[in-house]
Amino acid sequence: MITSIKPNPWAMLRHAVLLCGALVVLTPFIWMISTASKPPSEIYSSDVHLIPHHFALWENLREAFAKADLGLFLLNGLIVTVSIFVLQLLIALPAAYALAKLRFVGRKTLFALVLFGILIPPQATAIPVFLLLHQIGALDSYAALVLPFTISVFGIFLMRQFFMTVPDDLIDAARMDGISEFGIVWRVMLPTALPAVTAFGIFSVVAHWNDYFWPLIVLNSQQFYTPPLAVAHFRNAEAGTNYGPLMAAALVIITPLVIAFLLAQRRFIEGITFTGLK
Amino acid sequence: MSDVASTLGPIPLARPASTALARRRPRLRNAAAYGLVGPAFVLMLLMLLGPLAGVIALSFTDYQLGAPSFAWIGLVNYQEMVADKVFWISLTNTLTYVVIVVPGAVGLGLGVALLIQSGAGLRGFYRTVYFLPVMATLIAMAIVWEFMLHPQFGLVNGLLRSVGLPAHSWLQDRDTALLSLCVIGIWQALGFNMVLFLAGLVSIPKSLYDAAEIDGAGSAWSRFRLVTWPLLGPVTVFVVVITGIRSFQVFDTVHVLTKGGPSKSTDVLIHTMYMEGFEFFRSGYAAALTVVFLVFVLALTLVKARLAARQVHTS
Amino acid sequence: MARIELNAIRKSFDTTDVLKGVDLAIEDGEFVSLVGPSGCGKSTLLRIIAGLEQQSTGEVRIGGRPVDGVRPSQRNLAMVFQSYALYPHLSVYDNIAVPLRMKRLSTLERMPVLGRLLPNRHRVEREIRGEIERVTDQLELSAFLKRKPGQLSGGQRQRVAVGRAIVRQPVAFLFDEPLSNLDAKLRVHMRAEIAQLHRRLGTTFVYVTHDQAEAMTMSGRIAVMIGGELVQVGRPAEVYDDPRDIRVAEFVGSPKINVFPGHLRADGQVEMLGHPLGLAGSGLARPCRAGVRPERIELGAGAFCGAVVHVENMGAEAFVHLGVDGLATPVLARIGDVRLLPPLGSRTRFGFAPDAVRLFDAAGKRIETRLVAAPQRAREVAVV
Repeated sequence: MITSIKPNPWAMLRHAVLLCGALVVLTPFIWMISTASKPPSEIYSSDVHLIPHHFALWENLREAFAKADLGLFLLNGLIVTVSIFVLQLLIALPAAYALAKLRFVGRKTLFALVLFGILIPPQATAIPVFLLLHQIGALDSYAALVLPFTISVFGIFLMRQFFMTVPDDLIDAARMDGISEFGIVWRVMLPTALPAVTAFGIFSVVAHWNDYFWPLIVLNSQQFYTPPLAVAHFRNAEAGTNYGPLMAAALVIITPLVIAFLLAQRRFIEGITFTGLK
Repeated sequence: MSDVASTLGPIPLARPASTALARRRPRLRNAAAYGLVGPAFVLMLLMLLGPLAGVIALSFTDYQLGAPSFAWIGLVNYQEMVADKVFWISLTNTLTYVVIVVPGAVGLGLGVALLIQSGAGLRGFYRTVYFLPVMATLIAMAIVWEFMLHPQFGLVNGLLRSVGLPAHSWLQDRDTALLSLCVIGIWQALGFNMVLFLAGLVSIPKSLYDAAEIDGAGSAWSRFRLVTWPLLGPVTVFVVVITGIRSFQVFDTVHVLTKGGPSKSTDVLIHTMYMEGFEFFRSGYAAALTVVFLVFVLALTLVKARLAARQVHTS
Repeated sequence: MARIELNAIRKSFDTTDVLKGVDLAIEDGEFVSLVGPSGCGKSTLLRIIAGLEQQSTGEVRIGGRPVDGVRPSQRNLAMVFQSYALYPHLSVYDNIAVPLRMKRLSTLERMPVLGRLLPNRHRVEREIRGEIERVTDQLELSAFLKRKPGQLSGGQRQRVAVGRAIVRQPVAFLFDEPLSNLDAKLRVHMRAEIAQLHRRLGTTFVYVTHDQAEAMTMSGRIAVMIGGELVQVGRPAEVYDDPRDIRVAEFVGSPKINVFPGHLRADGQVEMLGHPLGLAGSGLARPCRAGVRPERIELGAGAFCGAVVHVENMGAEAFVHLGVDGLATPVLARIGDVRLLPPLGSRTRFGFAPDAVRLFDAAGKRIETRLVAAPQRAREVAVV
């Protein structure tokens, strides 16, 4: 770019446009915090204002936690996403290693199946998996929430691509040292693949924390509700008469991911880009 | 030992043992490989490939959840689908949603990425802000949007009233409900596209812009046409297809905000499938709807693969 | 007229001074190389001439007129980039056509579909076709017109980049290290091609490179830049034989010139390692450095002595590394006849003619010298 021929007005215009857009994009967040901080009298008025006259955030939060048992649902979210990710790693990493570094009959076919699996959208398999879980009586449980997602063909693909860049010498040295093939996966491949694993982890946790469709299908009992279900249930239960606590509940639900995002922005965005472009 | 050494002469003793081990290793490794991929393979059959075949098979049955038996009824489900007005409304709504959200989210994502890259100030800040909607749980934010669009107490109507324009029941009016959902969809998706476009923009070699400058492409528009747009080709295809596929999968906002109403104006394919399959438990019919959904998604994926292959030849 | 004048060009990025006041006049039709080690500012200077960078102070004139504020595309220059900068999505033909289309067609006429409907477009396209074909015939690219850069070899891409420059008929060509990305053999071949191109076109060439061999073999004049300053400008032979600064002497010529620590005595005599060299210099007595090129070192006889620590036999010539007491680095001597190589480890005498020495002071500036008879060493008179 020419360094000084461009006059400054262009930079001003750029900021003006981007800031306007940023404001529009942030409006729901701002409005959510604002409403969560207002008492009912200020919410149910036609006079729209941003800063609450009476700061009511703590009352709303208390009511939200009391009425919607948010603590339990946040815990569920944590349990479910962590279980899914850990199991995904346990299953995908060995398979990715074998596909990347070992020669065996059926290798090409298996990889072709993995690629094919990536094309299948999750909604397509919902009905049969639901029926299967119903048959084995596993519906309405943590197992129902976690089990179908333990196989992540996307994760296998991503890890395989990464593992292929690991030098063969490293693996041969490990074999000479007497490490088993299974041991190689965890003691050699995993440490070298940490960036890719982090990227995949971000992708997986975000996707499953925010998942609404599957928990909606398999759950009946409130005790297993994940965050999206919790806040949807709260909305349905209160049916538009309790916006303050509802907004407070929404705020609580999105906060964990948003805070994690703000703390590790580059990792998040790199992760999304990395997984997206692959 | 010693007599073996004397008969073999100068050949070291270790040789015979190691060749046997070498012959054994491939077989051992084969076994290890199957052990490593075993769990993944089984789960893939159980949770992905099996169900895929299952859903196609189911679409040819009249199975209902809880029924003791079912019958193979051939194409009856599909005939019912074609004759059902609700199905066509649902399909049209879905296609409308896709046709509005894809250009919106892709265009805005590209625009924001270009603006961010065109200057040096506050890049990280803008990137974070525009990406925030992608991270925030859609259900929670959808409920916020619902309140923002509230006919009496919502922000949007409040702002409209303050400039003298009439308020509107955005989500309750069948003419504007789907549009409102499209706005929410674009709001949520543009940050993701922006990040991918930013990665693409960063990878364009700077010397190409220099060459364009020398060749006479002085204005921003001619630089965009000559260098930026062509080199963003692969990323653009990817972004369009991904946004398209995700738009076809729209469900969360519909189920929480409008339940397909008012008057089915926001009923979309996956929502119809959900209602049939998990509220009415008509598994066979729902499976047929799923197959239609699959056809669209796979068609989009094929388009992407074909375009990607073509670009490899031309790059 | 395409005389390029650079007057007192200074350029700083933030707090670093990349160019510290460069004055250079390039005559019309000359082939001038800007040579120097990485980071010396030569590429920045070239970009300033092209208009891709603005100088912090100073003036650039092309054809007598100052060009500050004139866009690169309006300066009527063409540039060949190190990475060729070919548009990867366009064919060879379209790549070469870009500058012509940009200049002669309006934005409307360049539109993909509508443009073709406008009448002017056809006429201009026909003109362009003629010009492009002439250039691609010259460069032997006619067989590749429809291919994309990704389908060409490095040498072919380079020729397309050159073609794109030629077709603009500029008043001067700017080359930014165009051969760096080619393998050694191809580089030697392309050096000759570029030199021939210059003879054929007769246009001004400004050529930036870090490879002094390229600069020496192709240019009419070399401009040596070190640390943002223009240290010496002159014909290659001049710069080689008569360096004004020790940095020039060390940069030009391969292998590097030998530099010996020496001393300029009060009586003007120059001595090195205790031996007078038969030279006298002007100025105060002070330490100095004597540069002697490897090809001027004679083995077998002379005032100095060293041990052969390494031999490089190139086939046509050889270089002998001599370890000498009192010197930190080995002395390099060139041997033309490889049959006369001294064995490794042997001690040998060596010396050089006084006129082979280029003397520099401690700051690196050249000290003028003249030949004098070396004073006889005090000889022991046998007292009978």
